[in-house]
Amino acid sequence: MIRSHVLICGGTGCTSSGSRLIREKLADELKAQGLDEEVKIVQTGCFGLCALGPIMIVYPEGTFYSRVTPEDVPEIVSEHLLKGRVVERLVYNDTGDGQEEAAPTEVSLSDTVFYKKQHRVALRNCGVINPESIDEYIAMDGYFALNKVLTEMTPEDVINEISKSGLRGRGGGGFPTGRKWQFARASVSDKKYVVCNADEGDPGAFMDRSVLEGDPHVVLEAMAIAGYAIGADEGWIYVRAEYPIAVKRLNIAIEQAHEYGLLGENIFGTGFNFDIHLRLGAGAFVCGEETALLTSVEGNRGEPRPRPPFPAVKGLWGQPTIVNNVETWANIPQILIKGADWFASMGTEGSKGTKVFAVTGKIKNTGLVEIPMGTTLREIIEEIGGGVPNGKKFKAAQTGGPSGGCIPASLIDTPIDYDNLIKIGCMMGSGGLIVMDEDTCMVDMAKFFLEFTVDESCGKCSPCRIGTMRLLEILNKITEGRGEMEDLDKLEELANYIKSASLCALGQTAPNPVLSTLRFFRDEYIAHIVEKRCPAGVCKNLLQFTIDADKCKGCKLCMKNCPGNAISVNPANEVKEGKKLPWLVIDQSKCVKCGACMDNCKFGAIFKK
Amino acid sequence: MKSLEELMAIKKKMQDKVAVRTSNGSTRIVVGMATCGIAAGARPVLNAFVEGVSEAGLSEDVIVTQTGCIGICQYEPVVEVFEKDREKTTYVKMTADKAKEVIEKHIKGGKPVTEYTIGAAKL
Repeated sequence: MIRSHVLICGGTGCTSSGSRLIREKLADELKAQGLDEEVKIVQTGCFGLCALGPIMIVYPEGTFYSRVTPEDVPEIVSEHLLKGRVVERLVYNDTGDGQEEAAPTEVSLSDTVFYKKQHRVALRNCGVINPESIDEYIAMDGYFALNKVLTEMTPEDVINEISKSGLRGRGGGGFPTGRKWQFARASVSDKKYVVCNADEGDPGAFMDRSVLEGDPHVVLEAMAIAGYAIGADEGWIYVRAEYPIAVKRLNIAIEQAHEYGLLGENIFGTGFNFDIHLRLGAGAFVCGEETALLTSVEGNRGEPRPRPPFPAVKGLWGQPTIVNNVETWANIPQILIKGADWFASMGTEGSKGTKVFAVTGKIKNTGLVEIPMGTTLREIIEEIGGGVPNGKKFKAAQTGGPSGGCIPASLIDTPIDYDNLIKIGCMMGSGGLIVMDEDTCMVDMAKFFLEFTVDESCGKCSPCRIGTMRLLEILNKITEGRGEMEDLDKLEELANYIKSASLCALGQTAPNPVLSTLRFFRDEYIAHIVEKRCPAGVCKNLLQFTIDADKCKGCKLCMKNCPGNAISVNPANEVKEGKKLPWLVIDQSKCVKCGACMDNCKFGAIFKK
Repeated sequence: MKSLEELMAIKKKMQDKVAVRTSNGSTRIVVGMATCGIAAGARPVLNAFVEGVSEAGLSEDVIVTQTGCIGICQYEPVVEVFEKDREKTTYVKMTADKAKEVIEKHIKGGKPVTEYTIGAAKL
């Protein structure tokens, strides 16, 4: 008889921090202590708090252990699982009110500051069920929405319900999902397709990955529902080959659904047929764009094509097709079970429901958060994210990855939804949120994203292929200290040309990081150009390392560590123009600006400016 | 899968198994499982409670868990029952059979089995 469940995260984050070893060790230890009949180990998807992995939750108590090592396992078994004594040193219980020490074991997970403000809809099963068990998914009401749709609703009812809920595409564009389905339903054809876009490619984004790894059945169920709504009997999931855990679990899920007759022919005896195939993508960013994705599914080189015709009219193999993102799919079954009104009660006027963000960068709690639309950036960063570490100041957050823009600290109280972000020149994107502190150079940041789009541009249209390269060259010129003021106008002019002339969303959005940093951090560009100075101290060519005469003790540690032999002894500690010179001096013509001298100085005598 | 009934059957079968994770725990049965408790035979008592709760179909509301030594080692196995809006009940010198009785009369019936409580043990 099982009395306790130990949930261990099997998402990518925790797997790479060693959760598999812990699972094996725990199984051995339970056997050794004779508890294997009483305690069950469950491998789940991502809990969200990736920074603190590997993560383990012990039920029924709901004790949340973070940063568990294999060495901790025997103690957890003999103390907690056998004797019921919580291993307090491993418990995560940050409630954010300074009460950490008071009653560590009494803190329930939902009261911790990381989870308190979250509202889990798309992620509701992630970290709760075993993603490799269809039975556990069914226990959480899985496939009940599909049953309801097939037995009680007409396809029009389904589309109306989705439209009424106000759900908008979570992949970035924010197109109303119900309307997209409506178009596909209205297209007349004897063959239609349903496609899941799981080609998540933004640097720093892992929302879709976590849903696929933690709750793969939700995507299958939602796709079958859409198939019924638009009159399709075939679905394709386009997923990156770099997501091996997601691919494995999708394959298991599809097989299990077939076994239960939840995919295949005559589902629930209603005569409705639906089947799903996987297509592994090779990792091109452009394949996240829907027309390029469809071209790639067909087996061709992933290049976009002009729209219209939109996929809803002419998509996969020339047939009407709907393409939705993983997170959009994850919302569908619950909307149909709990109703459009329930979903529409969350969020803001134009953006209903919740949004998942992958919060990364200069933030304490790196991980996955799901919040109602309209939550402010301040709540995400300062409360859920735990703030910027090392006492640094928050400078900006980049949303939408290489296609998005930055939100500066002055706008930290902006409620996050589709329309507000567009208003300030950003975009929701798929949900990557990169936090930057005062040590980030905004020009360098824009350059980083542009390097990414230059690499990923498919080359089909010249505004994107040539234009982004020219943009990057101007940025390089500025960060190397060769910039001129007229470059700023050139950047803006070129960026706007690229936006209006590119064939697909990759090119149309590629200049966004440049435009938004120019808008909010123009002074940093000017500092680079006019003063030949990088205010954040990042752009190497504009840096100068110098030694402070008052602090330098002449220990020569910097000299020993300098790879370019740029530091030499100033023999007489001479006085020049009435000022004392330091014991050691840096020859600027030899300095490669690696910073080794600064890292090794025990007295903080070397600084960069 | 041909009907809602089949789906329901799987859900029912599984619900009990995942209830450990989703239980609201409005009632908590806590078994003392320190060295003293284990030596006095707390393991079979714990298992009897786990089985009893599951058989009675109460997994949604009742959680069974362990705790350490509460300091009355001569009365082990000690079991405490915490309920909403009610003072806790402390049972002493428990056995698997007594546990079944407690499930039946107290957890299901709502009446503590006074003869097994610490009050009846004449400290």
